[in-house]
Amino acid sequence: MSKKILIADDEQNIVISIEFLLRREGFAVLVAGDGEEALAKVRAERPDLVLLDVMMPRMNGFDVCQALRADPDLSGTRILMLTAKGRDTEVSKGLGLGADGYMTKPFSTKELLAEVRKLLGM
Amino acid sequence: MKPNRRLLLAVAAACLFVLAVVVATAALMLASEADASGGGRTSEERIVALVVLALAACAVSCWVIYSLYGLYVSAPLRMAEELAATAAHRGLRLLGEYGAEELRVLVQAANQVLAVRDALEVDVAERIRQARASLEEERSRLAALMADLSQSVVVCNLDGRVLLYNQRARQELSSGTDGGNAELLGLGRSIYTVFDRALIEHALERLQQASREGAEAADSRRLLGSAQFVTATRAGRLLRAHMSPVLGGEGPHHARVGAVSITGFVLVLEDVTSTNERHARRDALIQSLIEGGRGPLGSIRAAGEMLSDFSDMPGQQRDRFLGVIRDEARALSAQFENAAAAFSNDLRERWLLEEILGAELVAVAARRIGERRASERRVLAVKSENIDEDLWLRVDSFGLLQALRYLALRLQDEYEVREVRLSLTRSGSLAQLDLSWLGTFMNNETAMSWLQDPMTSGGEISPLSVVDVIERCNGDIWFQRERVSHRAFFRTMLPAAEAPKDLPHAIMAAPEGERPEFYDFDIFLWSAASHELDDRPLVELSYTVFDTETTGLLPSEGDEIIQIGATRIVNRRLLRHECLDQLVDPRRPLSPQSIAIHGITPDLLVGQPPIEIVLPKFHAFCADTVLVGHNAAFDMRFLQLKEEQTGVRFEQPVLDTFLLSAVIHPNQTSHRLEAIAERLGVSVFGRHTALGDAMVTGEVFLKMLPLLAEMGITTLRQAREASQRTFHARLKY
Repeated sequence: MSKKILIADDEQNIVISIEFLLRREGFAVLVAGDGEEALAKVRAERPDLVLLDVMMPRMNGFDVCQALRADPDLSGTRILMLTAKGRDTEVSKGLGLGADGYMTKPFSTKELLAEVRKLLGM
Repeated sequence: MKPNRRLLLAVAAACLFVLAVVVATAALMLASEADASGGGRTSEERIVALVVLALAACAVSCWVIYSLYGLYVSAPLRMAEELAATAAHRGLRLLGEYGAEELRVLVQAANQVLAVRDALEVDVAERIRQARASLEEERSRLAALMADLSQSVVVCNLDGRVLLYNQRARQELSSGTDGGNAELLGLGRSIYTVFDRALIEHALERLQQASREGAEAADSRRLLGSAQFVTATRAGRLLRAHMSPVLGGEGPHHARVGAVSITGFVLVLEDVTSTNERHARRDALIQSLIEGGRGPLGSIRAAGEMLSDFSDMPGQQRDRFLGVIRDEARALSAQFENAAAAFSNDLRERWLLEEILGAELVAVAARRIGERRASERRVLAVKSENIDEDLWLRVDSFGLLQALRYLALRLQDEYEVREVRLSLTRSGSLAQLDLSWLGTFMNNETAMSWLQDPMTSGGEISPLSVVDVIERCNGDIWFQRERVSHRAFFRTMLPAAEAPKDLPHAIMAAPEGERPEFYDFDIFLWSAASHELDDRPLVELSYTVFDTETTGLLPSEGDEIIQIGATRIVNRRLLRHECLDQLVDPRRPLSPQSIAIHGITPDLLVGQPPIEIVLPKFHAFCADTVLVGHNAAFDMRFLQLKEEQTGVRFEQPVLDTFLLSAVIHPNQTSHRLEAIAERLGVSVFGRHTALGDAMVTGEVFLKMLPLLAEMGITTLRQAREASQRTFHARLKY
């Protein structure tokens, strides 16, 4: 059974590429356009990995991350944060809140794929 | 005659005198014996002769004793008196001739001593005069230096009393939020009216800590520690303050830190509002470029990688990725444009670009290019043509002049050009500055290298190139030739500027002939601890002398203040530069009678602040001082009636020159200000403006201080009590 990945990002232009890439690599891909939708989809669909953008409307990535980690049922869900800020303080904040990995835009799609595979233990 | 000879003579004379008397008596006795035996004269006759003889002897003795007394007793006594008087007298006065010769010698000796003393006095006086003169000169120099500083400087004693400040400090710190002319900064005033007390005290503590550490480390350089802080003024400007200690000797008001004592502190203030804003702007710019760029770049990169990694994708999918790249690249471009525009504004501020009238710049350039050079026999001729007289530029004028001279002289040196022309014309929003010459053409490559070389020929030595300078001025320069006219030129395009308005921080010139009273070092000796005003000597107190003009004489029936004028007296000096002169909108019509007195017409009051704004300003102005007014009770009545409305109470002690005049001259009938001024020799001008009257009152008050002192009235308490007594005395009549 293929691994399920949720892409939570309001930037349509990056979602297009990541979605295309991950589907081509054989993952089942879900997309959420804001924080609340992301949280709802994680609860409903139980993806194995969430690609979580920090700057999102309605609920930002940090809050989503914190909410996910507060739920013991979802402890198996891996979280990879994506950000357009990339300050060291932000990276440590994300990791401190329980994210499993952190990537700063612009990133190489190959590295992203490698990171995704690593987090999924593939 | 020698003294011992005179002594011998005196003794001999005395012996002869006694001998003569004895012989005469004996002769008389013998004669009486003879008479008794031979008859003849009676015994009565003999007795008469004896009495006559005794009287004669007495007379001679008295005369001798009297002369001796005159010579040796009363003369020394007189001399002693005169000597005492002379000793008390200043200046040379010699003693006259006295009595016996010995005493004259003494007088001569005393006169010598007096002459020496006088010479010493003259010498000391001269030295004091010289020392004062040099001190005065140094003070003047200091005042001139302070006036020219572009930073604000304030010097305070440990209690925070201002004892020196410069014009810029006054301008930066005094303007309140309403931009009025209330003086917050002034001699003897507390710096805490301007800065938060805790802030200054904290900085002082750090200063003392730094000095203490320096003292412990025996490091003399660190004794003069300094502290910095940034604070905001009431007007909302950001100031960076640099605080350093004033070290001094022993005194009642100093803090000892190890081996040194601190008597006060110097604050150097710099308005960093614009610098801070600029830094913040630049940071925000860079931040927005970096963070704003990440998103679009991420999308472009990912899309690009998809396109290249999966070239087998269907055409529709490919178009979607291409669309992403196009949109994001466009967004990124727009972002770059904005940043570039913002940054060029920023650059403009970073270099010290100043507004200069273009024609002036060209004139200076022509003069500099035409200067004779030691290494060059011929002088390069310069002509100015087509100069736009109204065109302003915003440039680094020094760099630009250097560039023009460098190019012109290089033309002379390498192409033997004899004449160059300068022209300046407007071209839209740009200014076009041409340096042109006739005939000799150079090729483009040479011209380019001239523009890009460091300016090291023609007597200039600059690491910058012409292009550097022009770019710094946000301009551009290129080489061009016109074959038709046989002219070639370097054309510089520069942004034209607005004609500058008055700079907000332009320094106000002090009135001519008067040196501003911006310092008073005697305030070093002041202390907050000794501020129990009543028992303070009058001459030590600070005063606010004030006067008001009003719509009429009856405040209780609605008459209002329309003008307040006030000035201050600190250390017995009337501070003519620290004054308040404010018109007030009374919100009621002026009666023609009152206009006839004060000359303030209704149109002058249009747009003036109302009393609720002016009184708090005046209240701040007279903080910590004694109020002085002429017939002050009248003015105070107006102030007190406004207490509730304005929320400020005037609780300062008040002295009235009207009452003080009655104390000093109880028998005079008139105590009007003019009459007193005339009596005390104060010239009156500018009367019946509030400030003019306040000035006259101040001068009158200063003249009164010594007269009061003669009457034994030296403290504030005594002055108030004496005023009260006359007041009651006058009430009785």
